[in-house]
Amino acid sequence: MPDPVEPGSLVDGYRVGECIHHGGNGAIYVAEPPPGADPGFPLLMKVPRIGRGQPTLGIESFEIEQMILPTLASPNVPRFVATGDVMATPYLVMERIDGVSLAKLMESAPKPAEEVARIGAAIADALQSVHGQDVVHLDLKPENVMLRPSGEAVLLDFGFARHAHYPDLLGEERHFAAGSAAYVSPEQLKDDRSDARSDLFALGALLYGLATGEPPFGEPKTLAGMRDRLWREPAPPRAINPEVPPWLQEVILHCLEAEAAARYQSAAHVALDLRHPDQVVLSARAQRTEASGFVPQLRRWWRARRDADRRWLEEPRSGSRPVVILVAVDTEHPDDERHSPLQWTTRQIVSLNPEYRLMCVSVIRSAPLGEGSTPLETATGKHLEHKLRLRRWVEPLNLAPSRVSLHVIEAANAADTLLELARVNHVDLIVLGAPLPSKKTLGWWRSAASTVTANAPCSVHVVRVPERRSERLASNSG
Amino acid sequence: MLIALLSDIHANLEALEACLRHARGRGAERYAFLGDFVGYGADAAGVVRVLERFAAQGAIILRGNHDQALVKAAGYFNDAARASLEWARETLDPAQQRFLVELPLVHRDGEICYVHASAAHPERWDYVDSPTAAQRCADAARTSYAFCGHVHDQVLFFEGGNGRMKAFRPVAGTPIPVRGHRRWVAIVGSVGQPRDRNPAAAYTLFDSGQRQITFYRVRYDAAAAAAKIRSAGLPGSLAVRVESGI
Repeated sequence: MPDPVEPGSLVDGYRVGECIHHGGNGAIYVAEPPPGADPGFPLLMKVPRIGRGQPTLGIESFEIEQMILPTLASPNVPRFVATGDVMATPYLVMERIDGVSLAKLMESAPKPAEEVARIGAAIADALQSVHGQDVVHLDLKPENVMLRPSGEAVLLDFGFARHAHYPDLLGEERHFAAGSAAYVSPEQLKDDRSDARSDLFALGALLYGLATGEPPFGEPKTLAGMRDRLWREPAPPRAINPEVPPWLQEVILHCLEAEAAARYQSAAHVALDLRHPDQVVLSARAQRTEASGFVPQLRRWWRARRDADRRWLEEPRSGSRPVVILVAVDTEHPDDERHSPLQWTTRQIVSLNPEYRLMCVSVIRSAPLGEGSTPLETATGKHLEHKLRLRRWVEPLNLAPSRVSLHVIEAANAADTLLELARVNHVDLIVLGAPLPSKKTLGWWRSAASTVTANAPCSVHVVRVPERRSERLASNSG
Repeated sequence: MLIALLSDIHANLEALEACLRHARGRGAERYAFLGDFVGYGADAAGVVRVLERFAAQGAIILRGNHDQALVKAAGYFNDAARASLEWARETLDPAQQRFLVELPLVHRDGEICYVHASAAHPERWDYVDSPTAAQRCADAARTSYAFCGHVHDQVLFFEGGNGRMKAFRPVAGTPIPVRGHRRWVAIVGSVGQPRDRNPAAAYTLFDSGQRQITFYRVRYDAAAAAAKIRSAGLPGSLAVRVESGI
């Protein structure tokens, strides 16, 4: 098949260089910018194969990417530079990502759990960024993920993506790109291209591959083969690689649930678990060591059939998105009168939606290691004691363990620590206590509340102890 | 060229003026009015005066079923619609009524076909309210773009890869690229009587150079339009519809 453009030629002022990839839908070249138009980073040019006898999918994928890529602003997506009209000079110039392809890393799978978690959290961050901009990728696979030297993941090829604000040029057609069969979600097989949770299924399949060296559902060649995943459970990762820790199996199988409603509900939640293995609540998923028996599989098959019939009657999904809430708890002062209103407020907020997740954070002042005399004074002993206090603090809220995580962090600066945690974990709301005007000793929190409020990447709810009844009465009568 | 597409104005001068201001602010260079200037609202005379001004500047102005009903009663109108038409007959002079009923049904300009209802038998006033109806409209239009009114909700129908039409409900204010190699049927929305529980006036801008379409919703003084309906003695339900967008 001839390449659509000759290396060395000029396309709209861009000098076409070496062809680094050519597939059925087109080719990708290194490109040089026109003089005076250097964006300051290396460039790639994508040119679709269009014309008589070429697959129409090539045009549609190209048009979709041409439509969606310029709308995305994120370090997790190649920067858009220029494009040409699809009927005149179709091309797309974008940032060339420096780094290593996940496909390359996949060759040396299975990988240690820590590395799987680190890569997985980076991809989850990238998905969170894209989902937050109303885009679902829908073709997540090793070839479409690059890891920058900094560790950040970059998602490539938005040719199968869906933007909620644009017509879906590809819907209702069962096209799946080459190499995607292993990662396609059950919803996509049922022609639903609108669900961000489809990307979480694909992420689960990637994590499965990294942890075991095998794709969870093989590499089916037919649509019927792909449809197995609507009901069949993959073999538990630990059955293939006993080195996989239970928490990682829990995260992977949670992503790979056939029903989207049973999966993680947002990429931020996956990232949160992958970054805090000790906080992952282990369910039956973590313990499985062999594929389910005949009867449970039959039950799943039956449910998949029933759901296929019901699909047309379902109400549209609500627009609410899963949220991560961070509450800052001062476990160093368990008698502080702000604990009770803080608990009350937190309970109100998390009761709004069963999908909301709560990060309980206690920042304790760092103690030099090994200087204490009693176990409580040593760094670890202190850590455990505060974790216990945090657990006691959250118990009255009666939340399912899978909705809560506890974090005791030793740091010199509480505000900076809270801000960093909020940023890394895609927190949507920080809840913390207001400083008490009377308590000079708690000046530490005073600065924390104001600094966090001023610099938070999200909303902040500052909880104040209600004015005392006696003071109110006094002011009323006076 | 930036073309403003305004339809189903329904004697609502306040909504029309708000949309025209909005379009002018965005640099609209050409105006297409896709019919139904009278009926439901109380200020048919005000709306027709605006149209006469635009007609003198070469705007595209097409006839809708309510405009035609000024001379030829249609059996399918409800009592409120009939009462407001009667009001239009009282307030428009014979020349203005003739202006409306003599308007063309369809206008074609290169790649664009403008029509009030469907380009397939425009005189039958069929609703383009499904992908199948949009397919018929696009087939009859024989152009890349068909711009229609008649249905009051904004919808963008487009040709999928398999050649079949699909429907997309646009997000107001988001420019959508619409390349000319596939066919598009846009229902531009109702200026004067939106019915999606959002009282904001609806209209659309098409950029023929960039090949982009943007659907808009414009807030305006709906209370003033409703007050005119009440003081004209028209059925109160018409005022409530304008106020609450139903």
